[in-house]
Amino acid sequence: MKLRTALRGAVAIAALAPFVVPIVAPTMADAETQTGERGRDGEVKIIYWQAPSIMNPFLSGGTKDAEAASLVLEPLGRYDQEGNPVAFLAAEIPTIANGGVSEDLTSITWQIKPDLKWSDGTAFTSADVVFTAEYCMDPDGGCAQLAKFEGVETVEALDELTVKVTFKEPKPNPYLPFMGGQSPILQAAQFAECMGARAPECTDANFNPIGTGPFTVKEFRPNDVITMEANPHYRDPSKPAFATLTLKGGGDSAAAGRAVLETGEYDYAWNLLLAPEVIANMAAAGKGTPVSAFGTLVERIEINLTDPSADLPEGERSTLTHPHPILSDGRVRKALSIAIDRDLLVEIGYGQAGRATCNVVPAPAMYASDNTDCMPQDVERAKALLDEAGWTDSDGDGIRDKDGKKLSLLFQTSVNAVRQDFQALIKQWWSDIGVETELRAIDGSVYFGGDPGSPDTFQKFYGDVGLFANNFDGTDPEAYLAAYTCEKIPGPESQWQGENINRFCDPAYDELIAELGRTGDLNERGRIAKRLNDMITKDTDIVLPLVDRGRVSAHSNSLGGVILNTWDSELWNVADWYRVK
Amino acid sequence: MTDPVTRPKTAPVIHNAVGPAQPAGLSALPRNQWLEVWDQFRRHKGAVAGLGFFMLMLLAVGVGPLLWDIDPKYIDIPARNAGPSLAHPFGTDQLGRDTLARMISGGQTSVAVGLMAMALSLFLGTLIGVLAGYFRRLDGLLMRLTDLFLALPLLPLLLVVIMLFRDTLRSAFGPETGIFILIVAVIGMTSWMQTARIVRGDVLAIKEREFVLAARSIGTPDRRMITRHILPNVMSPILVSATLGIANAIITESALSFLGLGFPSDFPTWGRLLFDSTDYLQQYPERVMWPGLAISLSVLSVNYIGDGLRDALDPRIRGR
Repeated sequence: MKLRTALRGAVAIAALAPFVVPIVAPTMADAETQTGERGRDGEVKIIYWQAPSIMNPFLSGGTKDAEAASLVLEPLGRYDQEGNPVAFLAAEIPTIANGGVSEDLTSITWQIKPDLKWSDGTAFTSADVVFTAEYCMDPDGGCAQLAKFEGVETVEALDELTVKVTFKEPKPNPYLPFMGGQSPILQAAQFAECMGARAPECTDANFNPIGTGPFTVKEFRPNDVITMEANPHYRDPSKPAFATLTLKGGGDSAAAGRAVLETGEYDYAWNLLLAPEVIANMAAAGKGTPVSAFGTLVERIEINLTDPSADLPEGERSTLTHPHPILSDGRVRKALSIAIDRDLLVEIGYGQAGRATCNVVPAPAMYASDNTDCMPQDVERAKALLDEAGWTDSDGDGIRDKDGKKLSLLFQTSVNAVRQDFQALIKQWWSDIGVETELRAIDGSVYFGGDPGSPDTFQKFYGDVGLFANNFDGTDPEAYLAAYTCEKIPGPESQWQGENINRFCDPAYDELIAELGRTGDLNERGRIAKRLNDMITKDTDIVLPLVDRGRVSAHSNSLGGVILNTWDSELWNVADWYRVK
Repeated sequence: MTDPVTRPKTAPVIHNAVGPAQPAGLSALPRNQWLEVWDQFRRHKGAVAGLGFFMLMLLAVGVGPLLWDIDPKYIDIPARNAGPSLAHPFGTDQLGRDTLARMISGGQTSVAVGLMAMALSLFLGTLIGVLAGYFRRLDGLLMRLTDLFLALPLLPLLLVVIMLFRDTLRSAFGPETGIFILIVAVIGMTSWMQTARIVRGDVLAIKEREFVLAARSIGTPDRRMITRHILPNVMSPILVSATLGIANAIITESALSFLGLGFPSDFPTWGRLLFDSTDYLQQYPERVMWPGLAISLSVLSVNYIGDGLRDALDPRIRGR
């Protein structure tokens, strides 16, 4: 065993040594290789372990299809790696400041870049944008991205290059239609005959859409391989750097990772859902680099502010009638939070695919608070806080007590190897500060099942603290933060449905949420969201965020320009990719 | 029937149990029946090996904690994922907990659950089987009850039982003892049916035999009849299902842990250790081996013991 470990270590070191150099190299190479003739770098090969089956994202809910289509089809604007909107086909992102979004938040006006051409050489106009909206909103169509067009009243072309979207009611976040990889623009001429119920019948158009993106489809084999070549009419004459692109689909995550990291057959592998150790072992071969990016998924401990004691009659357990005898005290919650070493949790559970966080909203940058109050681990301060709160170990058994009640907590989570390791670690840290913890792992389908008859759901919360992960769709955290308002408290009268499982109720918080709903200015929205985040984390500690979980993809060491993005298609900036020489 | 020690010259004794001739030849060699069983048992090499191993296992989990005093729940992060060494003979797990200590402590739980649940299911199975086989009036009722239990889907039943009684037992006995009682009871009460059916079948057959008739003719009461004549004769199927029961209980306990219904997740049992290690099968195969070996070897040894006991207890095989 020792020999094997030693050998593996030696291999890893040997493999990593030459690989320290290229990390610096691409930044220097950036400037020179990014310019030049289109198609100068030959072929790029991408592997997706889920194979794309259609190139029209309006007819598929699958991420893999939207991502493959993003090579060809483009929206007016995308989200960058920070979650900030950037203009693609639009000249700029409309805001209230530049007059693009109306003061009353009911309309948004897009200005399109001049002289854009489709890959067949025809001009791109506002008529194509209007057509796309009609195509998706056709009542017979069954558009997969209809949610993007929710609340849209009209989409009209004001002139050749101007499109105005009007909403039925004020929309604080108007960046849904024509933004991001799931809502690109289709060519009106090609899809004119494919409206409504006939949409799936247009096989040729759905497999070979004409687009404005850096590549065009040469051959599409559903659920297998797509070959593409550079778009001759792409707006930047020096891009893309690659003349052809092959997108291979199928297999599994491990095989895709191996093909890029170990054998170097492919240049880019998407979304490697693998254990950190497995990825590290593959990367040790030295052919490629795993890259990670972070979205909004946060592994956290939620604290119950009401008493879950089994001694209470059914219907009163975990309801507002009985405040929690231990955790109602903010000092105890703070102590529990700072007793945790979040960096170690990341190292054990997620490796490169995680980072320690103190925030419920970890991203996008615009909404993410700079709060790092919960770090680093501070056992002495935690003990002092508990002393201050009156919890002392009076009988010398190592567990603190107050008025004859022990500081003992029931810690629930779902059955999952990483979560059980987290439970064991946290139990040990809490026992260091004199808190006794009983662990309970519940089958995920029961825990998250929401069955009002089961005592083990996370909504019912018949425990003191619960560990799980949660995130929000898209880039706007309003609905997500609104989960902590008073009206969302689950209880017997609401059939135990509701997202506010902490039973947190603060009128100031509710007021701020209402204000967020009335605010359209992005900077102001960011400020309010950060304040809301701080209220439930560092001010009250009713949520103890632990790990911001990201996604890991891999690219070969010879592929430059990759910027992993969790807010849009991973291939969002494929036009900027190049071969490192 | 050739053993000179057990078969003295005054053989007719057997045929006339009430007669006065009984003590005549036997008093010279008061040979205990169980010694005889032991003699026969010793001839079964597999059974002796199994018994030896099982005793060793019991000794290890019983006395082990006194000799190896590392806390099985202590997390030592710097030492995680270590291979076997002097400090950790079986290595450590992904959190740096000592595997040997966890094996010992897990063995205590698993073996205790196995033995207790087996005893309970054996008691229930035998009781119901004998009553159903011996008393005709109870037969239909008890056998329909058995059918009912056999037809019940086990998992939903367990879910309901655990949901109903978990909190009560937890507050009465604490989380670990409470769950222990619950699991032993649940496993015991859901695995007695096979035993009951086998026992009933054997009792039905034995009930019609001449020696039972003879005993009845001299007025032996039912209670004596069952304990003296029926039970000793159905001992072998009972023992066989007992051995299977231990294995079954250990496996059911780990399945419950897997569903999150068993012991708390940081409370080691062999099943839990095995389940936790499967994620690391490729990197650290030895971690699966220890609990896997422990479970299979103890199940195997118990099965051999059962095999040997069956031979030893059966007077028709004894002596051959």
